[in-house]
Amino acid sequence: MEDTIAAISTALGVGAISIIRVSGKEAISIVNKIFKGKDLNLVSTHTIHYGHIIDNAEIIDEVLVSIMKAPKTFTVEDIVEINAHGGIATTHRILELLLKNGCRLATPGEFTKRAFLNGRIDLLEAESVMDLISSKTEATRKMAISGVDGKLSLLIHSLRSKIIELLANIEVNIDYPEYEDIEEMTIEELNKSMTSIEHELKDILTNSKEGKMIKEGINTSIIGRPNVGKSSILNRLLNENKAIVTDIEGTTRDVVEGNIIIDGIMLNILDTAGIRETENVVEQIGVRKSLELLEQSDLVLVVLNNNEALTEQDIDILKQVKHKNHIVIVNKKDLERHLDVTTLEPDYIEISALNDEGIEKIKNRIRELFHLEKFENQDMTYLTNARSIALVEQALESLKEVKRGIEQNMPIDMVEIDLKKVWNLLGEITGETYQDELIEQLFSQFCLGK
Amino acid sequence: MDYEIIVVGGGHAGCEASLAAARKGHKTLLVTGNIKNIADMPCNPSIGGSAKGIVVREIDALGGEMGKNADKGQLQMKMLNHKKGPAVQALRAQADKVTYPKEMYKTLSEEKNLTIREAMVEDLIVENGKVKGIILEDGTEIVSKAVILTTGTYLKADIMVGDTRHREGPHGEKPSQHLSDNLKSLGFKIIRLKTGTPQRIDKNTIDFSKTKEEYGSDRKYTFSFDHEPSYNLEDQIPCHLIYTTPETHQIIKDNLTKSSMYGGLNDITGVGPRYCPSIEDKIVRFSDKERHQLFLEPESLYYDDIYIQGFSTSMPHDVQEKMVHSLPGLENAKILKYAYAIEYDAIYPTQLKQSLETKLIENLFTAGQINGTSGYEEAACQGLIAGINASLKLEGKEPLILKRNEAYIGVLIDDLVTKGVIDPYRLLTSRAEYRLLLRHDNADLRLREYGYQVGLISDVQYNKLKQKKQDIKSAIAYLKEHKITPTEEVNQYLEQQESATLKDGISLYDLLKRPEIKMEHINHFYELPFENSVLEQVEIEIKYEGYIKKALHEADKMVDLDNKKIPEDIDYSKIHNLASEAKQKLNEIRPTSIGQALRISGVNPADISLLMVYIKKEYFHDRG
Repeated sequence: MEDTIAAISTALGVGAISIIRVSGKEAISIVNKIFKGKDLNLVSTHTIHYGHIIDNAEIIDEVLVSIMKAPKTFTVEDIVEINAHGGIATTHRILELLLKNGCRLATPGEFTKRAFLNGRIDLLEAESVMDLISSKTEATRKMAISGVDGKLSLLIHSLRSKIIELLANIEVNIDYPEYEDIEEMTIEELNKSMTSIEHELKDILTNSKEGKMIKEGINTSIIGRPNVGKSSILNRLLNENKAIVTDIEGTTRDVVEGNIIIDGIMLNILDTAGIRETENVVEQIGVRKSLELLEQSDLVLVVLNNNEALTEQDIDILKQVKHKNHIVIVNKKDLERHLDVTTLEPDYIEISALNDEGIEKIKNRIRELFHLEKFENQDMTYLTNARSIALVEQALESLKEVKRGIEQNMPIDMVEIDLKKVWNLLGEITGETYQDELIEQLFSQFCLGK
Repeated sequence: MDYEIIVVGGGHAGCEASLAAARKGHKTLLVTGNIKNIADMPCNPSIGGSAKGIVVREIDALGGEMGKNADKGQLQMKMLNHKKGPAVQALRAQADKVTYPKEMYKTLSEEKNLTIREAMVEDLIVENGKVKGIILEDGTEIVSKAVILTTGTYLKADIMVGDTRHREGPHGEKPSQHLSDNLKSLGFKIIRLKTGTPQRIDKNTIDFSKTKEEYGSDRKYTFSFDHEPSYNLEDQIPCHLIYTTPETHQIIKDNLTKSSMYGGLNDITGVGPRYCPSIEDKIVRFSDKERHQLFLEPESLYYDDIYIQGFSTSMPHDVQEKMVHSLPGLENAKILKYAYAIEYDAIYPTQLKQSLETKLIENLFTAGQINGTSGYEEAACQGLIAGINASLKLEGKEPLILKRNEAYIGVLIDDLVTKGVIDPYRLLTSRAEYRLLLRHDNADLRLREYGYQVGLISDVQYNKLKQKKQDIKSAIAYLKEHKITPTEEVNQYLEQQESATLKDGISLYDLLKRPEIKMEHINHFYELPFENSVLEQVEIEIKYEGYIKKALHEADKMVDLDNKKIPEDIDYSKIHNLASEAKQKLNEIRPTSIGQALRISGVNPADISLLMVYIKKEYFHDRG
């Protein structure tokens, strides 16, 4: 960990500016070699300096350079951040210069690893930062930042301290059985507390699952009979928001064919081919295929034609989406109404993809369905990675064991075993208990060891 | 060579240490300041209690003496937490303060390899970092291969009452003046601790009609696995419960500054035990409590002293008189001995290895209050382990180190050497992570094997253990094989027990799994051909199977970490980026395993991962 590392720490090409971060003993001196402006070796810590990045005599970019000296930095090492003007070519050029002058290219997450290993952040924060690094949209960036703030840590801390109070009470009853001074923790009281803790955990879990969806994208399918205007709607969503449809490489998301970003929310569109091609190949997307898609969707956009009466197929589809998050879209409102809308759920949305009317309504409905307002609120707390969510699920499982033990009239000191487990599991989320697996995971995540 | 092993101090640690060493065939000398005070109980007249009672069973399982001796002198036996689960039940005996020491002394004096000598030890003979014997007050040198220090509270002991301080140990005994200074000059870090004891009252001056009688359990128990109870339940001597009064509280508040601890003395540096505060502490810290419980406990059948548990104080005598007389039933009580606080020197216990050998001086072991603990049982078990390990060392064998999932003794020693102490350390059930495994009832199953291996358990005792283990297996098989059918009579009986009636036949094993069905109910259907101690094990194993499995699983994880060894010569300064607090703690404690390292407070998971990376990659590289 002696060498000085550098990396581009903003998403390439997207932002208006890009930041190149350098960390390590030689961070300042290396940057100084390629900086024209003040002598950075002489400036004080936590200051910002205007100047130019130069390659010999050539000016590469006009930049602001932040100097942060150890130990009060993210990695607890000297850090320099170069704020450049963005653009893939320029940013890469600056990075290349840094590497030429003695930096090593940082591996993904290496800054965070240093911060963690230097004791700067706890595990939860480390993971949040990892999330921040890989966050793709504004909403997920907010989520990641919320984690760094330690708000979630605080919430987990408070749950843990509630539990530790119960544990302490039970323990003291055991160790001082004859002391009437101390109130006896009763099964009833324990049960009551369990219920309230369970509620809080479930809230975290619900929020986290929604949060995870927002972070990883909402798996969305657009279904409907041929010629109802599915691809026009998709195109409208695309055009309006300058979003991109890309092919995603991946292992777990094989069904995802592209994602579009609407107001900072990512929709993973399932089966875009189906949408694109069905206009021509009428039979290609049958109801059976739609059902398969349904299984994998977090959100289903059902498209109906205002100009036609409901068919058996439509009715089938509507039946199938009942248990899913879905939006019924009545397209072609510019045409004469042949659809009997009174048979539909009252909250259907009428649009005209052709005239670009009503697209905003779809977006608003998505925001409502996934509580996006809630997530934009700074006070929301949720876990953003699968490991933490799994830990909360395990904690809830152990909590159920506590309740089962209570139901079965198990002695309180037995029931307490599961309660301790809950406490430990929650501790693992914030990195407060040590477990070998945790370290194993760290090793794999940070590429340590042999 | 005069002796192979010398034990300094005749308290509970010293007795166990010298017996273990002698019984393992080593020529042993026990040196004590006053032979009359061997195995003395200077504080409460009881042995055992929660967690401690389990330790006594563990001592017995390993071949120690405390359990057998406590059985001989008990005035009443009580199973604590008997309404709770089996993991937290523990036995406590009111022990006769005359019988207990007398019987222990008898046992010691009958031990053929053991010599007892009355003298004050003031220094050690140390050559090249190895202890070679002891030096007495008069300059006499006694040579040995190993020394075990079990000096209790006698290192520079000061008795404090009100604004007075006297250099003396309990009973006005002469303390050791120079031993702790000499230990300091050998390089040991010495700390000062404090404890206290309440008044003793003349039984004949108490009006017991104003108190509530407290008897022992209505079932008979013994600490030892080697004999059956030999007492009558009717012979139990009761304790008596009373409460402090508003008047008591007022007297204490009015006189607070006279207490040694609250201004009477201003040179107190010792740290008192958090779990056993003086009555003035309780009234100051818990001022909203209207009253506090006090137990009047008989000390002996042979004299009249009554011990007031919960009333320890360092107030001057005149205030103590007023305090005692404010208690119900004690209006006219005569105080036979006044309460006092005592300050003494101890060794900071992270200077010890898990074997209780000191890291600084080879073949020097310490056990008991000198290591910062409190309590007879805590002392005795350390004495036993030190005695065993000093012997094993001389025999060239590996020390006996009990893991945290094997014994409370393991928890205690690991805590001491890993975490150190702030105040006198008392065992609590909450200190044990796997207490469901560390039960009162299974101490023999857990530890007798070790006792046999080190040579303190006889073939007869060991064969009995093997038989018990076999019987447990047979009994489980028996319960699985035998079924009961849903006859009208059976279902009627089940209904009486508020248990669901049967439609099909069910094995006894499955029936016992029902929370409301106990072994006694099974006995109603079948005369089970097994001993009660066997059935008890079987019942616990079946009923709490799920919980036991969980505990075993958790314990396995810990054992894995404890098996990840840290090289003894590791240089922590070579590990980059290790937090400085962690570096300092690791260097001080020098844990032997990753498991132990992570139990050190101030060493966080990030430090542990750095340490593991270093060991994995760098350590072997650094050594070339």
